Amino acid sequence: MSGRPPVALVTGGGSGIGAACCRRLSRAGYRVTVADIDEAAAKTVAADVGGVAAVVDCADADAVDDLVGTVVRTEGRLAAAVNSAGVAGPPQPVAEYSTQDWRRVLSVNLDGVFHCVRAEVRAMRESGGNIVNIASVFAAVGAPLAPAYTAAKHGVVGLTRSAALAHAEDGIRVNAVGPGFVRTPLLEDRNDDEGLARLAGLHPVGRLGKPDDIAALAVWLCGPEAGFVTGAFFPIDGGYLSR
Amino acid sequence: MGEAVTGRIEGKVAIVTGGASGIGAGTARRFVAEGARVVVADLQEDAGKALVDELGEAARFVRTDVADEDDVAALVDYAAEEFGRLDVMFNNAGIIGAIGSIAKCRMSDVDRTFSVILRGTFLGTKHAARVMIPRRSGVILSTASPGGMHGGLGPHAYSAAKAGVIGLTRSVAAELRHHGIRVNAIAPGAVVSAMTADLVLNDPTDLARVTEALSAGGERPGMPEDIAAAALYLASDEAAFVTGSVHLIDGGITYASGPSAFARGDHEEPAGILEAGRRS
Repeated sequence: MSGRPPVALVTGGGSGIGAACCRRLSRAGYRVTVADIDEAAAKTVAADVGGVAAVVDCADADAVDDLVGTVVRTEGRLAAAVNSAGVAGPPQPVAEYSTQDWRRVLSVNLDGVFHCVRAEVRAMRESGGNIVNIASVFAAVGAPLAPAYTAAKHGVVGLTRSAALAHAEDGIRVNAVGPGFVRTPLLEDRNDDEGLARLAGLHPVGRLGKPDDIAALAVWLCGPEAGFVTGAFFPIDGGYLSR
Repeated sequence: MGEAVTGRIEGKVAIVTGGASGIGAGTARRFVAEGARVVVADLQEDAGKALVDELGEAARFVRTDVADEDDVAALVDYAAEEFGRLDVMFNNAGIIGAIGSIAKCRMSDVDRTFSVILRGTFLGTKHAARVMIPRRSGVILSTASPGGMHGGLGPHAYSAAKAGVIGLTRSVAAELRHHGIRVNAIAPGAVVSAMTADLVLNDPTDLARVTEALSAGGERPGMPEDIAAAALYLASDEAAFVTGSVHLIDGGITYASGPSAFARGDHEEPAGILEAGRRS
């Protein structure tokens, strides 16, 4: 344990899975930059984990570039990044889906991950690093009322594989995880207790995921034990996809 | 976060008591990685044998009750015979022992606590000195505790015994510095180990959960590797001018755990990160 702690960046770090990743990364010894579109949420989590808060909309490529560049300049070499920022979009089938909603979901959930991965890979190219993209079970199967979300998450896995292949020799590992329904603000805002119970019932283990379930896997993927893992997609779904 | 191998104790021979788990095992691993040969002494036979199997040719296991003089004498003689000499004695074996109010401590538990921690350290120090004095060389390390320095950081018997370890360290250092032997103590904060898991959770096997429990407040807990790094330094020639001293390796819990009231409201974000990605 010598010198400065390794540096990690978590987008969407202000709540839910991203916040849980910040906590676990901090416990694992990382100094974490908590990036979120919600400044207050980023500051709360950053204070909690002894990290640094940042405001960013991942849909804005220049903003992401500026953030990652500043993190590297002021915090040091980027060792790990978890790209967790995401939005849900309205619950409508493709026939009813507006172009505007489609663009908004894709701009954060797919363009945003692209912006982040691109900037992170550039920052890691010299001395390696680990990137984890938070996808979804809907990167493997479809959700009838979430066409944009499903498309974006499928895209995230494709991007993950491509980036992993392109940068394996640079010592950069890029992986994706596929959570089932996780009890996060994103989910709680859209479902009453009855709805949450119904969603829990979709998982053979009989409960919703916890943010920390996902964070444990994400942080493991950032660590040395996962040194042979890249370009992989890990469902973490209480059995959801095994039905 | 792998440790650098520096060869700082290349070729030296060390005994680590309580070496089968926790701080002892972490130190045994580090010492072997740095080129030392290590005798792991412990009451825990299965864990001790598994560890020396992992460490290979440079490690041996000797079942040892540190409170038993015959055991400790035999341990030291074994190291000297098997590896040719003894350079480093790490008196690390310990137990949490008697807990609870002073008005209710069971004296059999208190006696056992003193036996393992204080008598065990005394015996390890005595017999290490026996073989080190003729060679005019050696390092004796003992595991103390912040509880031996401040009230409220450990159970009563444990704290009293650890204070005793500190007293013994200083007293023996004063004698042995005239013989070329350095004597120091390390005072670890709460470290993730079977002992702390047993104390916090009543389950010595659940290291994952004790890691969580010791991580309250978002700070990472102490790990055996943190203590091993200090032991490595003290065992090496880099610490040639260090004796009779107690080294706190505690993440600040003893002297820096206050609320830092005077610095509040003064928290500086590293320049620019908060604003770097802001666009509106």
